[in-house]
Formats: sequence, structure tokens, C-alpha cells
Amino acid sequence: MTQEMDLNQRFEQYIAADQKIEAKDWMPDAYRKTLIRQISQHAHSEIIGMQPEGNWITRAPSLKRKSILLAKVQDEAGHGLYLYSAAETLGISRDEMLDALHTGKAKYSSIFNYPTLTWADMGAVGWLVDGAAIMNQVPLCKCSYGPYARAMVRVCKEESFHQRQGFQIMLTLSQGTAEQKELAQDAFNRWWWPSLMMFGPNDATSKHSEQSMRWKIKRFSNDELRQRFVDMTVPQAELLGLTVPDADLKWNEVTGHYDFGPIDWGEFEQVVAGNGPCNRERIDTRVTAHENGAWVREAATAYAAKSSKRASSQNSAA
Amino acid sequence: MSTPNTEWPLWEVFVRSKQGLSHKHVGSLHAADAAMAISNARDVYTRRQEGTSIWVVKAEDITASTPSEKDVMFDPANDKVYRHPTFYDLPDEIKNM
Repeated sequence: MTQEMDLNQRFEQYIAADQKIEAKDWMPDAYRKTLIRQISQHAHSEIIGMQPEGNWITRAPSLKRKSILLAKVQDEAGHGLYLYSAAETLGISRDEMLDALHTGKAKYSSIFNYPTLTWADMGAVGWLVDGAAIMNQVPLCKCSYGPYARAMVRVCKEESFHQRQGFQIMLTLSQGTAEQKELAQDAFNRWWWPSLMMFGPNDATSKHSEQSMRWKIKRFSNDELRQRFVDMTVPQAELLGLTVPDADLKWNEVTGHYDFGPIDWGEFEQVVAGNGPCNRERIDTRVTAHENGAWVREAATAYAAKSSKRASSQNSAA
Repeated sequence: MSTPNTEWPLWEVFVRSKQGLSHKHVGSLHAADAAMAISNARDVYTRRQEGTSIWVVKAEDITASTPSEKDVMFDPANDKVYRHPTFYDLPDEIKNM
């Protein structure tokens, strides 16, 4: 008991001094659990996030756009893998995490349960969804858990091209024909509110926020980051000549921020609960891909076993 | 938590970013064997020319020092300041030493 108190005290000192906690260091169970939940959900979001954009790879309007989109989706696979490895340092296995995703026990970012209906959605997703993700992720580079922080440094470095390529698609469309501009506005209309929801519930109702802030896993509150995103994005929309789909949006001289209308949290809760437009489809696609890959995993395992047996018998013969 | 035996082993990945620098740990991944670990490491950790050479080591083959013994292990170096050049006061006339 006293030893546990010493360990806990030391852990708190580390956190207070902004020192990183590393995989083998002692940590409170709740800290470990919170990290496993957050990092694995983050990894799942990257992996499920490949689907809405994967949807347009074969229909990209040019070879250049197609190569870029492929690279982006491949990055997302990579980001998922960095994050799964970071979560594994906390003592959960890859199989357990995948099981949790496939059975619906684990969540992923709700935004990926919306469909990508037109090519303009590739622009809106890159610009808004990746933009919001970056806003969330940059502070995580400084989070108190070393392996997560290091994974996030890699992710953030790679992610900035994602947002730029999205903005560029929006720019091209909004400077194109009336029909193209309309496509851009339509995609903006559909992705704006779900992007604001990406920052999570309002601070007053967010159930994990306070503890995560104290542990320095989270550095800024949901509402703080959401406001920053709005302030950053509105001028970008003006530059594109697009209208933010919010009648209540206006600059507030006093606060120096944009005021924006109420978020439909009922919709958010529905999507989180599994009733979004694509929840079923996303999980079905993921499970099918996993099942179709089973024979490859088994074959590779068998081949590795055979090769190592052969190598050891050759060694003993020599 | 147990690891189901269907899972491929975990490999730690080390990348030399350019000639003249040492390999540095960049993360880990699962692969059935060493050759697959190298090829996966290329795709996962060097998509933007981050490397000129990759090492992979099975995670279970790494022996690490114990964090709880950090003090016993590293404190003895604390009181040996005379191992650093700044410990020695020299006359001002000596410029470069």
C-alpha cells in the first residue's frame, strides 16, 4: 500500500513536471485504461477513415488526383498502425483491439459514418475533417504518454498535406463552372456541422475531459479547440467564396471570436449510437476485409514456421 | 492480457535516416517473419524518404533495464562531476583547452 502511494506520488510528480511517462513506468490503472481507450479509438478512426475516401480512388478526375488520394489513404493506414503499436505498449494486443472494433465494442470518430457522395467531398473531407483532426492532434504531440506523443508527431507531420490537398480541390471547384462551385458548396454544407462535432461534446457534458486534462493527455478543452477551428476556417471559406451553412454565424467584436449557432447534439448521439448513415456499412466492410485476409495471415505464419524449421535443421546438420 | 497465438510477432523498427547517422527506434509492427517485417517497415515508416537502412528486431529478443531500478542504475553517475570538463577551473590565460 505504501509502495503504491510512493509510486503514485512519483507518477504525479512526473506529470506535474511535464515529464513523459514511458511504457514500462508505473502508472495508475485508470490512466492506462484511458489511454488504451483513446489511442485504440484513434487508431480505429484512421483505419475506418480510409473507407470514405477509398470510395473515390477509382473515380478521381485525373491521374494526379488519384495518386494523391492513394497516398493520403495509405498514410491513414500508416497512422492507424503507428497508433495500434503505441496502444500495444500499454499491454493490450492487436487482436483484442481489432475484435473490439469488429464487434462494435470500440468506437471510432463519428465523422466517418457519413457518406462521400461527390468528388467535392474529397475536398471537404481533406479541408474540414483533416483540418479538425489536425486541430485535435497537434496538442497530442505534447501528451504525457511518450509512445502516443511520438506517434502523434509522425502523424501530424504527414497530415498537413492532407488538409492542403483538400483545400486545393475546393479551390479548384469553387473557381470552376457554376456547377462545380455548387458541388463545393453542397459538400461544405454537408460536412461543416459533422466537422464541428468532431471536437466532442460541450465541455460541460464531456465525461472524460476533466481527468484527461489533469493527466495532460488532453491539453485544451473540446470547446476551446472547436472555437479555434471555426475562427481559422471561416476566413478560408470566404477566400473560397463559399457560404458557411450557419445563419447564426457572426464575428463578435467583444470576444474576438466568431459566434456560431447551436450544434445538433441529438444527431451526434444518434451517429455515436450506431444509427448514422453508414455505421453498418463501415463495420461490414472492415470485417469482410479482415475475414478475406485470414488465409493470407495463416499462409504467412505457416511459411515463417516452415522456413525457421528448415533453417534450424540446416544449422544442426552443419 | 493474453496474446492470442494467431497474432504475428511484434518487431521493433530502427531506421538510419541518412548515411553517417546511427539507426534510431521509430516504432513497431507485426510481421510473420524478418523479411516481411523489413518490407512492412519500409511501407509504414519510410513513405517519405525517411531512411537509407532499416533494422528490425523481434520485440521479445530485447532485454531492457527496469524502470523501477532507474535510481540504482543511473544515480552513481550523479556525484562524479569531475568527469565533465567544466569541473576544472583554469587560469584565464588558457584560452583553448
